[in-house]
Amino acid sequence: MLAVLAVVVVIVTGPLRREYSARAREPEAREADPGSADAMELAELEAAREAKYREIRDAELDHRTGKLSDADFEAVDGTLRAEAVAILHKLDHVRGSNAPPESEPPEQPRAG
Amino acid sequence: MALLGRALLILGLLVALYGIGSSLYGAVARRREWVDSGRRAVYALAGLMTFAFAILEVAFLRSDFSFNVVAAHSSTTTPTFYKATAAWSSQEGSLLLWVFLLSVWSSLILFLTRRRVREITPYATAVLMGFATFFIALAVFLANPFATSARAPAEGAGLDPLLLHPSMMFHPPMLYSGYTLLTIPFAFAVGALVTGRLGNEWISVTRRFALAAWLFLGVGILLGARWSYTELGWGGYWAWDAVENAALMPWLVATAFIHSIMIQEKRGMLKVWNVSLILGSGTLAILGTFLVRSGILDSIHAFGASTLGVPFVLLIAAMVAGSIWLIVKRRALLRSDAQLDSLLSREAVFLFQNLVLVAIVFVIFWVTFFPLVSEAITGTKVSVGPPAFRPFIVPLALILVLLSGIGPIVAWRRVTVANMRRNFTFPVIAGVVTLIVLVAATNADTRPFALVMFGLAAFVVATVVQELWRGTSARRAMTRDPLPVAFVGLIRRNRRRYGGYIAHLGLAVLLVGVAASSSFQHSQNVNLSPGQHAFVDGYKVTYVRPMARASAAKISLGAILDVSKNGKHVTTLITSRGFYPAPLDPTAGPISEAFNGQSDSNVGLRAGLTRDLWAVANPNLDPLQNEINQGDRVFERLMTSLTPAQASQPSIVTGIRAERTAAIVGLTSRFVRHPWPVTFLLIVSPLVTWIWLGAIIIAFGGLISLWPLPAPARRRSTAAARTIPRGLPAREPA
Repeated sequence: MLAVLAVVVVIVTGPLRREYSARAREPEAREADPGSADAMELAELEAAREAKYREIRDAELDHRTGKLSDADFEAVDGTLRAEAVAILHKLDHVRGSNAPPESEPPEQPRAG
Repeated sequence: MALLGRALLILGLLVALYGIGSSLYGAVARRREWVDSGRRAVYALAGLMTFAFAILEVAFLRSDFSFNVVAAHSSTTTPTFYKATAAWSSQEGSLLLWVFLLSVWSSLILFLTRRRVREITPYATAVLMGFATFFIALAVFLANPFATSARAPAEGAGLDPLLLHPSMMFHPPMLYSGYTLLTIPFAFAVGALVTGRLGNEWISVTRRFALAAWLFLGVGILLGARWSYTELGWGGYWAWDAVENAALMPWLVATAFIHSIMIQEKRGMLKVWNVSLILGSGTLAILGTFLVRSGILDSIHAFGASTLGVPFVLLIAAMVAGSIWLIVKRRALLRSDAQLDSLLSREAVFLFQNLVLVAIVFVIFWVTFFPLVSEAITGTKVSVGPPAFRPFIVPLALILVLLSGIGPIVAWRRVTVANMRRNFTFPVIAGVVTLIVLVAATNADTRPFALVMFGLAAFVVATVVQELWRGTSARRAMTRDPLPVAFVGLIRRNRRRYGGYIAHLGLAVLLVGVAASSSFQHSQNVNLSPGQHAFVDGYKVTYVRPMARASAAKISLGAILDVSKNGKHVTTLITSRGFYPAPLDPTAGPISEAFNGQSDSNVGLRAGLTRDLWAVANPNLDPLQNEINQGDRVFERLMTSLTPAQASQPSIVTGIRAERTAAIVGLTSRFVRHPWPVTFLLIVSPLVTWIWLGAIIIAFGGLISLWPLPAPARRRSTAAARTIPRGLPAREPA
């Protein structure tokens, strides 16, 4: 039982000991709290972006399976893409507009 | 080992309390290391509870009767398969199972979210550790699974014979997995409300856990229904019993949640509704555990005498009050980002479906708890059964099936009349044709509600088939794949959508089975002697001959039945009733104790795709009573005539036991040698098998929805997202 207790203490206090050691080495430096407001907002915007992309794909599939007419699809797709652009702009703003663009080309779209 | 088990529980309690404090301190003081330490405490708790549960399992498998729960719920003659499951047949073992599963799922979600939703997870951790603290405290202070006796009995009382059934091995772990998985989104909803982070991220990280909870709970409910049908001997699978309802209510609310979160993800709507649903389903999961464990179902007075009732009530009250307070406090942040564009849209259908599901839950809740409220007020216990539920549940179920067919064939945001015509034509024709054929060819019109259900089910099946066909055709048009490849590819790339459609298909099949079996069942309660017969729905059931088996562990009296139709043999059914000894009954004599314990039914069942033939024998023991009483007198005289020295001699004791067993065997064989009439319940029930098939299809659909996208598809999706140029986004792969 003492061994179990020791293992529990080691596991649970691991982060505290690491932080204590880091502070002992560099008392002035302190890791930015990753739970900061910016990080959370970034995560929420990324979740919103993924949801919006799913919505765009769903609308495409709805169109291909006949649930949306051409005119309705154009209207809905335009709205969704505009909403996606707005989210991407917010993402850029949170990340900083100097972030370099990725060089990897996008995949060809496949719906259905 | 019992001491080690108890020590592990106490250490677990301390670790859970530490986890609460560490997480909350880390969140408030913005000290990441304390939040991480709280997460580590969850991992440590999972390890401790795994160890504790393993100790209990080993005690059962080794028949260590020094453990009180082992002595009370197992025996040396219990099959090994059931020794392993006996651990959760007891109050104490089931509480340990609950907290073990909670710690495992909590560890999993916190590991998966260790770099996500970082503002929310400390509060979610605190809530999860709060649940763990509650259940471990119950185990430590009120229902200790590691309690021991100074003098271990030589033999245990054995497992309740009704639980000696494969479904019962898996039913509690499935239910408890469902309940504990529901605490995950509950905890994250609380964290989201506390922090005000009410975007979609907390939903995206917990959605799969809500879906997994729905899946496990559904499987658990199905296993319970199957056990009821094949083991309990009343011929039904659902009695609207409070214990059944306790599991059904959170499942229905979870069903509503997994649909309506799609609306929040897509449109930013129904935020108040969604947090209410998930907080409600988490609360109902605890309520379900409370209903089964508190004694309240026997009587409101039994609840008062139970040690667990009051703590559960306090926890549920805290959950309800806390949930309401948080929602009211954050109502400004829970405002919808958009409005409902049209009543003819998938959003509207989901909303109506949610309202129907919640209405069903409300009916079940009120009718389930009404007897307890009535007893508390008037002092008189009122009994309610299925007739109290049907007038409300049946029409609501019909509406639910209709909506499950409409949902897949309307688009998000808007539907035009022209599109409705295009998408509804085939399913409506399918439904109408089904109704016409059934009215013309069968007597289905004698049961209007069942007939409507059949028509609606055909409508749902047609919508799913149409959707799968059109989706596959669309994919083939793009990829030029063969039909089967395109079909599989369609489902693989759109798991949430088509997994859901398959689940809807399963629901239709299941409800057809329910409607048919409950509306068109034929049953007979008959008294037959060997050679006599009865007719049930055109089947001739002949009592061929009796059968009997006896040992010290069990007496079985049964019958072989021949079933024929129009002179042609259909099947042979073998049914029996088992009688188990009651060794701890002080009023039972040496012979009568073999007959006076619990009993169970061995159902004679021939299941088929079109109908089930079901029979159970209920032999009366009255004809044996005189001989049983005489046997008691003989053996009691024999036992009292022994001197203490003789009574302690093993050879004499063994000899008396052998004589007793021979007497019981001889008595039992009278049932075969001089048989008397036996009461049989004979049932012919159509389409029962569709219920089990429908449930399997629902579970399959749920699994498809739950399965993550293959890694290359995830990488493609992420890569495409990163390379979106400024301006309109490129089209994403479906």
